[in-house]
Amino acid sequence: MSSEIKQILTTDGIPLEVSLKKAERKNKIKAFLLVAPLLLFLIITYVFPIGDMLFRSVDDKMVTQMLPKTFKAMENWDGQELPDEEVFAAFHEDFIKLVEDKREGKLSTQLNYTKNGFKSIIKKLRRASKKFEEGNYKEQIMSVHKRWADVEYWRAIQRRAPEFTAQKYLKGMDMYVNEEGKIVSVEEDRRIHRVLWLRTLEIAFFVTVFCFLMAYPIAHLLATLPMKYSNLLMICVLLPFWTSLLVRTASWMILLQQQGIVNDFFVGIGLVADDNRPEMMYNKTGSYVAMTQILLPFMVLPLYSVMKTISPSLMRAGKSLGGTPFVAFWKVYFPLTIPGIGAGCLLVFILAIGYYITPALVGGASGTLISNQIAFHMKSTLDWSFASAMGLMLLSGVLVIYWLYNKIVGIDNIKLG
Amino acid sequence: MASKKDFVKFDKVDKSYDGKVLVVKDLQLDIAEGEFITMLGPSGSGKTTCLMMLAGFETPTNGEIYLDGKAISSIPPHKRGIGMVFQNYALFPHMTVYENLAFPLRVRKIPKDEADKKIDKALSMVSLQGFAARMPGQLSGGQQQRVAVARSLVFDPQLVLMDEPLGALDKNLRESMQYEIKHIHESIGVTVVYVTHDQSEALTMSNRIAVFNDGKVQQLSSPDELYEKPVNSFVAEFIGENNTFGGEVSDISGGKCKVKLANAEILANPISVKGKGERTTVSLRPERALINPSTKMDNLHKGKIEEVIYHGDHTRVRINLLGNPEFILKVPNSSSNLDIKLGNEINIGWNSDDARALDPK
Repeated sequence: MSSEIKQILTTDGIPLEVSLKKAERKNKIKAFLLVAPLLLFLIITYVFPIGDMLFRSVDDKMVTQMLPKTFKAMENWDGQELPDEEVFAAFHEDFIKLVEDKREGKLSTQLNYTKNGFKSIIKKLRRASKKFEEGNYKEQIMSVHKRWADVEYWRAIQRRAPEFTAQKYLKGMDMYVNEEGKIVSVEEDRRIHRVLWLRTLEIAFFVTVFCFLMAYPIAHLLATLPMKYSNLLMICVLLPFWTSLLVRTASWMILLQQQGIVNDFFVGIGLVADDNRPEMMYNKTGSYVAMTQILLPFMVLPLYSVMKTISPSLMRAGKSLGGTPFVAFWKVYFPLTIPGIGAGCLLVFILAIGYYITPALVGGASGTLISNQIAFHMKSTLDWSFASAMGLMLLSGVLVIYWLYNKIVGIDNIKLG
Repeated sequence: MASKKDFVKFDKVDKSYDGKVLVVKDLQLDIAEGEFITMLGPSGSGKTTCLMMLAGFETPTNGEIYLDGKAISSIPPHKRGIGMVFQNYALFPHMTVYENLAFPLRVRKIPKDEADKKIDKALSMVSLQGFAARMPGQLSGGQQQRVAVARSLVFDPQLVLMDEPLGALDKNLRESMQYEIKHIHESIGVTVVYVTHDQSEALTMSNRIAVFNDGKVQQLSSPDELYEKPVNSFVAEFIGENNTFGGEVSDISGGKCKVKLANAEILANPISVKGKGERTTVSLRPERALINPSTKMDNLHKGKIEEVIYHGDHTRVRINLLGNPEFILKVPNSSSNLDIKLGNEINIGWNSDDARALDPK
């Protein structure tokens, strides 16, 4: 069969496909050059930082580079008994070099992350090492402090041998690698991150739900009202976009504080007693209220753009065929808005999950999210690798949600506008 | 078949949207059971409003509509049991053809096996068997139209409303669909109220046509009567082609009248003129006038050929006749020996019966 298919030639005798490619090449190059600046911009501002973040979050070269000979010598050590003289000698050699460079302090900080108690014994070792004699370093080092004779501490050093580590990720999940090399959870009273992750998911979920419940009727009104009114309503929806996020959050602080307008109103209509004003700020309520209001347009706009395309005759058809207004809505109108619902929910959820300023200002202790924790490590503890790890965990969480959405609803079924 | 003369009854119905202008004025209309009635009129004439009031999407400002003897103004659309075909089909795009047709049956809680039979029957009626699993988007315009028709009929309504259902189709498809809808109507005997602005569609399909203009029914009669015997100049003008002479009645006697034109006098059939001195517009269908008539006709005048347009089966000839430069004649192309050449003077004759003296324009 295939032998019968003749290659189609142009009038000049060139195969048609070749000729077509040649004719389109110029346009393709032009098109590429047009998008090239944007591509470059994206690579510089997006791909590089994320790559760097990924690298930073797993990078553990510092200790590897500080103790190269030690780790080489440790390759043959089984970790059961104390290491033999070869390892101690290598460690001594590395350590002397570090002392010369005045970097032994960094080593002690790093090793202390892995196991508490390294700080003091490294200080002691530095002082003692000046009087060390050549040979039999094992005895000499062990005599500096009894911890140096403890196999646990040597195992702790060994755990820092790999260039890359997942320990920041484990820390983000309130877990760590214990002395036996097993992954375990930290003690109950020190688990702070899991609570934050769950709270982030919870707040993002409910903010999405609230936004959906409020945006659906608004978007429907926008799509069905006569132009004159819908334009005005549209401006009302978009107005928050024209105001700084900080200003909006600050105005929520004015509204929600205990002596604020909302509380005054509640007291005024006798809903609450004057001496028992509810706290609506510096807790979850504050985050819910402010975030819902701020993210509302992101739900309204995709819903509106989808609803605008639904012909009013469909609802009429549903009714004329015998469906009650509710049936016509539920079976005809609602399914057609699903692409908009999907887009809006995805957008709001993803924005909410990484929200920072608003929860930081009105969330208080019980209303802060994981992003506030990331910011804390970026600015205060300067543990950037941990911040990177949590940022990436957040990113992968978003990707998982996106994947789930694609599985359940289908991503081609999304309509952003 | 036809049992009730006033199956649908519009009783003194007025409709206004803004409280200033009446879109429908004092509408009085009876539709018999099993009838195919078309509401025909230019856009803005109130015909679609009437249909929407019947369907229940608009409420009459005044008056009442009766369906099978019951006043329906207070019944919501979904309880009226009226099938409807919309202008752009209004098929549910997220449902298959089967689900579209099942929708009215499901809301009526008809058991599945019975519903399946009805759906099969409805699909075979529009010759779309085997399309049940398709989505509306995978169908051509004509197929979507047929699904819409099938959906409006699948729950056996007594009354089906069609709102310019063929407006979006191309000419050939529109014509074949006209016959198809007509045949469906004939075979199941449902009452159909059809809205269109296309007069040839109305003439092809209907038992009776209600010509709307300015919120009022101008004439309600069968297609042939509407064409042959228009009662006023709007209908004469709106339906088919029409030659007109404006003049003044100079004599009226014995079922005939003389109409004085600017520079001649013609004999006409007095329809809406009562006495001498009235202004009138005489309407004459192009095919009623003959060139060099062989039989005797009581109007015979000379005209000059201004334009000849070949139309395949016939030739249209524009003649300057009695001061009217737009006088149109249709000459069948079989009559070859007529001397139709540009600039020729020819004799044109017609019977005064066919020249209807109507209200002045």
